[in-house]
Amino acid sequence: MRARPSDYELVIPHTLPAVLSLLAQEPGVWLPIAGGTDVMVQYAAGKLDRRKLVSIWNLPELRRIDVFAAEIQIGAGCTYTDLSEHEVVNREFTLLSRAARWTGGIANQNRGTIGGNIVNASPAADSLPALLVYEAELLLVSARGERRVPYTEFHIDYRKTQIAPDELIRAICLKRRFPEYYAHARKVGARNAQAIAKVCLAALGRLADGVVEDIRLAMGSVAPVPLRLTGTERIVKGNRIDSWLVQLARTTATAEVQPIDDIRSSARYRAAVAGNLVAEYLEQLERCRNET
Amino acid sequence: MSESSQDARCEIAFTVNGQLATVRAYAMERLLDVLRHELGLTGTKEGCGEGECGSCSVLMDGSLVNSCLIPVLQASGANIVTIEGLASDGHLAVLQQTFLEYGGAQCGICTPGMILAAVHLLTKKPCPTLEEIREGLSGNLCRCTGYMQIIEAVAEAGRHGAAT
Amino acid sequence: MKNAPIVGTSVPRIEGRDKVTGLARYVDDMVLPGMLYGATVRSRIPRGKIKEFTFGPDIDWKAFVIVSPRDIPGKNCIALIEDDQPCLADGLVNHPEEPLLLLAHPDRHLLPKAVEAVSVEYDPMPAIFSMEESEKLSQVVWGADNTFKTYLIEKGEVDPVWENADYVVEGEYTTGAQEQLYIENNGMIASFDPQQGLTVWGSLQCPYYVHKALMKLCNLPENRVRVVQMETGGAFGGKEEYPSMIAGHAALLAMKSGRPVKIVYDRMEDMAATTKRHPSRTRHRTAIRRDGKILGGEIEFTIDGGAYETLSPVVLSRGAIHAGGPYYWPSVRIRAKAVATNTPPHGAFRGFGAPQSLFALERHMDHIAEVLGLSSVEIRRRNFLTPGQTTTTGQTVQEEIDLGKLLDRALEVSHYHTKKEKFAENQQERSKKGMGVAAFLHGAGFTGSGERYLGSLVGLEVCSDGSVRVLVSSTEFGQGTKTVLCQIAAEALGLRYEDVGIAQPDTREVPNSGPTVASRTVMVVGKLVQSAAVGIRQTLTASGKLGESYSSDEFRVACRAYVAEHGKFRSLARYEQPDDIVWDEEKYRGSAYAAFAWAVYVAEVTVDLVTYSVSVDDFVAIQEVGKVLHPVLAKGQIIGGVAQGVGFALYEKVIWENGRMQNGQMTNYIMPTSADLPDIRVFFEELNNVHGAFGAKGIGELPMDGPAPAIVNAIEDALHIAFDSIPLLPEDIFDALAKRAVPEIAPSSAQGQQ
Repeated sequence: MRARPSDYELVIPHTLPAVLSLLAQEPGVWLPIAGGTDVMVQYAAGKLDRRKLVSIWNLPELRRIDVFAAEIQIGAGCTYTDLSEHEVVNREFTLLSRAARWTGGIANQNRGTIGGNIVNASPAADSLPALLVYEAELLLVSARGERRVPYTEFHIDYRKTQIAPDELIRAICLKRRFPEYYAHARKVGARNAQAIAKVCLAALGRLADGVVEDIRLAMGSVAPVPLRLTGTERIVKGNRIDSWLVQLARTTATAEVQPIDDIRSSARYRAAVAGNLVAEYLEQLERCRNET
Repeated sequence: MSESSQDARCEIAFTVNGQLATVRAYAMERLLDVLRHELGLTGTKEGCGEGECGSCSVLMDGSLVNSCLIPVLQASGANIVTIEGLASDGHLAVLQQTFLEYGGAQCGICTPGMILAAVHLLTKKPCPTLEEIREGLSGNLCRCTGYMQIIEAVAEAGRHGAAT
Repeated sequence: MKNAPIVGTSVPRIEGRDKVTGLARYVDDMVLPGMLYGATVRSRIPRGKIKEFTFGPDIDWKAFVIVSPRDIPGKNCIALIEDDQPCLADGLVNHPEEPLLLLAHPDRHLLPKAVEAVSVEYDPMPAIFSMEESEKLSQVVWGADNTFKTYLIEKGEVDPVWENADYVVEGEYTTGAQEQLYIENNGMIASFDPQQGLTVWGSLQCPYYVHKALMKLCNLPENRVRVVQMETGGAFGGKEEYPSMIAGHAALLAMKSGRPVKIVYDRMEDMAATTKRHPSRTRHRTAIRRDGKILGGEIEFTIDGGAYETLSPVVLSRGAIHAGGPYYWPSVRIRAKAVATNTPPHGAFRGFGAPQSLFALERHMDHIAEVLGLSSVEIRRRNFLTPGQTTTTGQTVQEEIDLGKLLDRALEVSHYHTKKEKFAENQQERSKKGMGVAAFLHGAGFTGSGERYLGSLVGLEVCSDGSVRVLVSSTEFGQGTKTVLCQIAAEALGLRYEDVGIAQPDTREVPNSGPTVASRTVMVVGKLVQSAAVGIRQTLTASGKLGESYSSDEFRVACRAYVAEHGKFRSLARYEQPDDIVWDEEKYRGSAYAAFAWAVYVAEVTVDLVTYSVSVDDFVAIQEVGKVLHPVLAKGQIIGGVAQGVGFALYEKVIWENGRMQNGQMTNYIMPTSADLPDIRVFFEELNNVHGAFGAKGIGELPMDGPAPAIVNAIEDALHIAFDSIPLLPEDIFDALAKRAVPEIAPSSAQGQQ
């Protein structure tokens, strides 16, 4: 433990307005901490430079899931466990609930939050590809008011997002329009549990008369930000899935991703596996058509 | 109305193993360190300091958490159970007994966290399959056992129908 | 005996209750009044001269205790085999993380910043990081030629075999460093009193190693140094040498400050600074007859010892002796050497050289099989040692071991043949399955004359309340030392298990029964406990207080009466080398070990061709280990060892940069979780061994030798690609497959194909 606790300040306002007021008073000074599964690791390593923290853990305004007719709003303070245990999330947004069950071990799932995952903006984050394919919208809130931002525009660069220093994510909005899609997610890590993704895929697809009517492919750990493979989607959409298309999709995906060599894996491995995951998905999509 | 640290320790109260505990601590002290050093509950261990090994696991308001990642101020008002809280009146909990019988504890350093993770699992899934046990304990690392005898111990405890 | 049998049953673990209730006390659980916390300033460069220390501003240095080499009362070394490893680098740095200065302060939170605030100016020198660089001698970083030790083992006439060989098969096999990753980091508390002397408490395997090192470092006589082992949260060899270093550091701070000092590492420091398994390179050249019989061969076995000698000669010895495996070599030349590099010294880790050389051999056997067109099974069967034959060191196999039968059992239980055929016919496009075998042996106890030099001493003490205590320096760190030794004592004394206790290893209380290493505790120390028990019974019988047969209560009464009359008494037993164990240290020939355990392991794997990851779907471990004294403990040892072997093969990679481990966190150094291991199916065969307690042989390290080659053999079966280097990661499998697909194009072009 390499940090000195007395160097830090932590406050717990008990309401969202109180938190926002503090952030507005001193923007960029107070670092929000929810479950702490990212912040506390940095802290213990002696690498947390921000000295003032404001707790947003368990704020009722943030830790809730509201189900409407056309969309659900997942509070940013929901933990991965909250997500994986919610009936509608499980049934209609299975990519998200699956990712929630992959993130760390159970103890970390009980504390890590979806909002924290988004703001931390690691390209390896497990939940973020799912949000890309579901085309989530983020509700950002501050003392100045609220705004909706398409999630696809939220990440600007490596660990840089659109969020302003006085803002929090209040909720993640997901439109309830994916019941007929074939959803598939796969995470490739160094081991079967508690692994940071080397590559992960979230995919949604829909066939009509054997033709790919819609396809959404998003990946983590293959670029500075979570990536929608729009190029690969373009060459797949409107076509029938046969071995030629699968192979073309594989090589397109491999070329489209921009992974790096790092302590966990190599760029060429990630690129190849990215292609393989896409190919595997298309084959499954075709198989499920044949089974219905 | 908020609790704050202000370069001084503050009074933080929570329940541990059924008893009210009040400590004076900096808000950002880790719950793990407060349990071990302020309250003398050294059964909870530090193995990695990064939330990977699970040796520091405790139950907080019924949820399994890694206490090395929790600022103590966030535990204010919480109901915490550590390994010391499992046995009652000197009688071992069923899981503690099956761990002994099946060889679930070798060096013992992962054992407190592992047992609490098993308690948590059995609370959610009273009769888990071997696969569910494997998955339920996958956030707790053990270097000695290769896990099998731990899994057997948890399965047996499940058959006995008791998490604690 | 009226009591139920104790040896051979799974009695409750002696300290088990404390472990499951959180009452077991590890070093970081203990606090002494007035205690300071200590930390270590370490080198950031791999090699160079230290020019100057600068103590940065913003730190109240007067409030710190600072220890430098000048404060060392005795010799600035961590005494082991050689005295070459300094306790604190004195002028010269030879590896990253080398300790330079020590700091202590009452507030443990102030230490990390203080350590960061010490800046060091160096004159860097060129450093070397691989065995090959070390051999080239472009830099001499240790001794005259970078070589810690060499061994030459020769049997028969090697040079003529090449002419008569039908095949000559060559291969080179490498293994990487492996971190022991005990879940409890290294830690020590030291306290010094000018009258009483020095006491240290800590996480350790070998109290008397620490004792010896502290005497020399602190210039204290034997009776003014006391070492106490606390509950130890895993060790696996990683706490054999290193505790002497951290104890020395705590001791120096305690002596300078006059206060107790605790040093406990966090995970990052422990991983970066302490010992790891020696990386190895083995080259085989083998002469084979058409029918698969080994005619002879040359084996070159090289290990990387890091910057200082520590135990490298002993690791080298064991690796060299095991390099020929469980096979008959009519002639062989084994050249072994341990070389120096500028990395933190490597050290003991379960298996101690044998996992390295046996990986090479068992891969090589499959390689030979392939060249000859024989099966992996047949090549082994035809070369197995049989009773009466001699090993590579010329040791005659005395016991009635039937390795062919062991092999058959392993194949049967694993459904090896059925599965292998099924896999060959039904390989899927996206996943390939394979089966692999490994056969091996592991010698228990110290090599050759080692046990004789140790001269282990064991005591059994009768206390005034009539209870009996085992007195050994052998430590418990999960493997069941306390439990098994009490079982042995109880059975040998004709008592109940609960009548016997065991003293916590404390050099003031217990004799030196040798280090807790080399799979010797049950076999060697246990046997001495048995002998000491005989001494107790003889004494009591001779005093007239006890008959030839008695109940536990009668025994207790007799003891109480004896102690009341004569005072507390102990029966001591000292190791004597059996006459049939003869070893020539010069020629490195003869009976290397009192006993071998034998094993055949079978792995079933699936290689996923989407992700290139390997899963071990089934694992069978069959071993002959003499008598199994405690079934649950024995099974636990095998399963735990196999799990570490799986890690060694597939997951655990140390990423080095300029001699420093880069992935020193649990997030990035990958050990298997419960979700990564299959059911590991364990079977024991039991042949009685005369030398061990109740016929037992050592088993602690055996399971480390087999999994890696069995798994890599299975991967070759699945993919028809030979991998000769571990750890074998998905990235490596991908690179090999990519190369096979497009051999003339390097793997890195996989990206630019569109």
